[in-house]
Amino acid sequence: MSRTSSIRAGQARAGWLFVSPTLVVLGLFLAVPVLMALWVSFTDWNGRGSPFASGVGFVGADNYRELVGEQGGLTRADFMTSLRNNFYYVLLVVPLQTALALFLALVLNQKMLKAVGFFRTAFYFPSVVSSVAISLVFLFLFTGGGVVNTMLGWVGLDGPTWFNDSRGLLHLLGDGLGLWSISDPPSGLVDGGVLGLTWWQWLSGPSVALSVIIFLVVWTTTGTFMLMFLAALQDLPVEVEEAAMIDGAGRWGVFRNVTLPHLRPTMLLVTTLGLIGTWQVFDQVYVMTQGGPGKTTLTPAFLSYFYAFENQKWGVAAAMAFVLFLIIFAMASFQRWLFRDKDQPSARRARDFFARQQGSHSGTEAV
Amino acid sequence: MSTTSPHRLASLAALALVTSVALAACGGGGFDDGNSDEPASSGDGPAQLKVLIASSGDAETKAVEDAVAAWADDSGNEAEVIVANDIAQQLSQGFAGGNPPDLFYVDAGVFGDYAEAGNLYPYLDQMDGADDFYPNLVDSFTLDDEAYCAPKDFSTLALEINTAAWKKAGLGDDDIPTTWDELQSVAEKLTTPEQAGLVIGVGRDRVGAFLVQNGGFWVDGETGEATATEPSNVEALDYVQGLLKSGAAVLPPDIDAGWGGEGFGTQKAAMTIEGNWIRGAMSNDYPDVDYTVAELPEGPAGKGTLLFTQCWGIAADSPNQEAAVSLVEALTTADQQLANAKAFGVMPSRESAQADYVEQFPEDAPFIAGGDYGQGPVNLPGLGPVVADLDSQLEQLKTADVDQILESFQKNAEAELQ
Repeated sequence: MSRTSSIRAGQARAGWLFVSPTLVVLGLFLAVPVLMALWVSFTDWNGRGSPFASGVGFVGADNYRELVGEQGGLTRADFMTSLRNNFYYVLLVVPLQTALALFLALVLNQKMLKAVGFFRTAFYFPSVVSSVAISLVFLFLFTGGGVVNTMLGWVGLDGPTWFNDSRGLLHLLGDGLGLWSISDPPSGLVDGGVLGLTWWQWLSGPSVALSVIIFLVVWTTTGTFMLMFLAALQDLPVEVEEAAMIDGAGRWGVFRNVTLPHLRPTMLLVTTLGLIGTWQVFDQVYVMTQGGPGKTTLTPAFLSYFYAFENQKWGVAAAMAFVLFLIIFAMASFQRWLFRDKDQPSARRARDFFARQQGSHSGTEAV
Repeated sequence: MSTTSPHRLASLAALALVTSVALAACGGGGFDDGNSDEPASSGDGPAQLKVLIASSGDAETKAVEDAVAAWADDSGNEAEVIVANDIAQQLSQGFAGGNPPDLFYVDAGVFGDYAEAGNLYPYLDQMDGADDFYPNLVDSFTLDDEAYCAPKDFSTLALEINTAAWKKAGLGDDDIPTTWDELQSVAEKLTTPEQAGLVIGVGRDRVGAFLVQNGGFWVDGETGEATATEPSNVEALDYVQGLLKSGAAVLPPDIDAGWGGEGFGTQKAAMTIEGNWIRGAMSNDYPDVDYTVAELPEGPAGKGTLLFTQCWGIAADSPNQEAAVSLVEALTTADQQLANAKAFGVMPSRESAQADYVEQFPEDAPFIAGGDYGQGPVNLPGLGPVVADLDSQLEQLKTADVDQILESFQKNAEAELQ
């Protein structure tokens, strides 16, 4: 007994020894900075010297209160605007890129397709090009007199000045449908509001400028996710699909009942990575718009950078980062719950049922 | 499972301990936080200076490198010029780490934040010839009556006029606008279906000039109070809005331009209000466009323009402050500033250099004249997000409610300044 436990103890020691380099590196470059930032978010540190120095004041949750509380004023309005923008961004980017990636992967997985290598490279290409370079190209494509507007002109459309257009898509849609007028928004929506923004501002939808960024990001990230789907699709044994077909399933039936369930783990991976990545969008905003026009491309990650590095408001900026972390954590958890294996509980129930059956059986035997 | 949990608890405790030790190490040993109050070191032995600059290009880098090297040779010190990729970020790292560069560019717009945080060493009073700098520039680097750093150079706004369009509209030399009414009338005359009369850049850094011409500004730098809602400011913004509404003036996005200079260079507008940096853009990108420069028209309260400037900041944590001050003296002599003017087109910050500058660059006289009556940017600490919000609202100046813009700025600024 004592022998086995000492062997186990030795194993544990060796285990810790083997993981210690990784633990030290992760701790030093991940855990320590995160904990320092957490501390900063509770102080009035002004960026000078160590945040642990004696002169730095602990302000409790003041920085967080400024983000969500009544006294926040402009800071709260800025932060809520950035959350609104990012919410619409996530709402559009994640489904679009997932659907497009799945579609491209299915196309590439066809056995009939010629030149698969070429298409795979072509679709994957945008993902491996620097996002800064692509952003610059998009800036040129979407200037007021740029290529895109010229091409729209050929079909008789007068394109907007994309990156200078702060009008929200939902506002425009409502205007087009005659629900409201943008120049004279309904007073019911303008007068009331929550968290520093009016209902009218909350309901703006992504602005035209943000839509261009959405388009760009969907285009660039789809390739990576397509590759993940493709790898999963190639794992699916052909025999299974054939068996389903022999059982009388059509193409749609095979896709719905065989392919999609098989892809569920990949789908969870893709949507989770997509969700995390989209809530942290920074590069494109930094390069292309710096939050403008009219703050409609402001995102929490960029706002946090702006408050910290350009305005020395480190505490509030760190608090923004942690609120963003909580949002991402909550949404990723919710997503995991949505994607949980729904067969499992019933399987457990079945097992319990059989266990109970057996129990009662043995019970009667005992009697 | 249950037997391993004490082990796991112990491991977690060990991990927590290690982490907190690492945190403490970062806090205590890594950074020198207490030395700011100690006097700067005397000149024992040669000092090694780090100079961080945000360069506009090779010409500027070379000019600064040469000047710094010459000083190093003369004084027997060592100095290294580092060109920043992102100066705000690199300075922040230095300030937080306790080892900032000794000498660096500080823009007037961020000066207040740096000074308030105690990152800057105020040295202007110990500098030789400090009273020769334009007072308006020194004001841009003054916080709570303390002048911190020496202005490196400056730029001002003036009115650029497309010569061909001017002639085509039948206007002569006498018609150069000197009042708001004249500006309005020439802008209207210059407006054609293909060309706007005047393009004004978006935001406080252009529109603000009209506030100055009407005797007001967004804030009062001396008292440290927001003054946006003064009637004079409302009037000035109303005037600009009137220009925009009448079609005599447009904003750059209206003519598919990124900034005033682009709209002017592509000849989609006949006039613009920009600073002397437009010279470089015009000669590089639009060499065929002939233009003249005039001082901005006077408003009801007289002449007014905006100043943009940077100073040579010395770090409060620098151990070589004495040597750094001597380097700044060498870098801001009238001769050195004239050499910089030639190399990369900035204007000297010393009044004594003005006559020589005008002699060498007569066509820039309207720009440098602004040094006497220009107004520096909003430099009160903590106002960054507030002025960013103002800029974002000014994008819609043509249709927006002027009172509402000024009131919201006033409210936000007051909340920050109290």
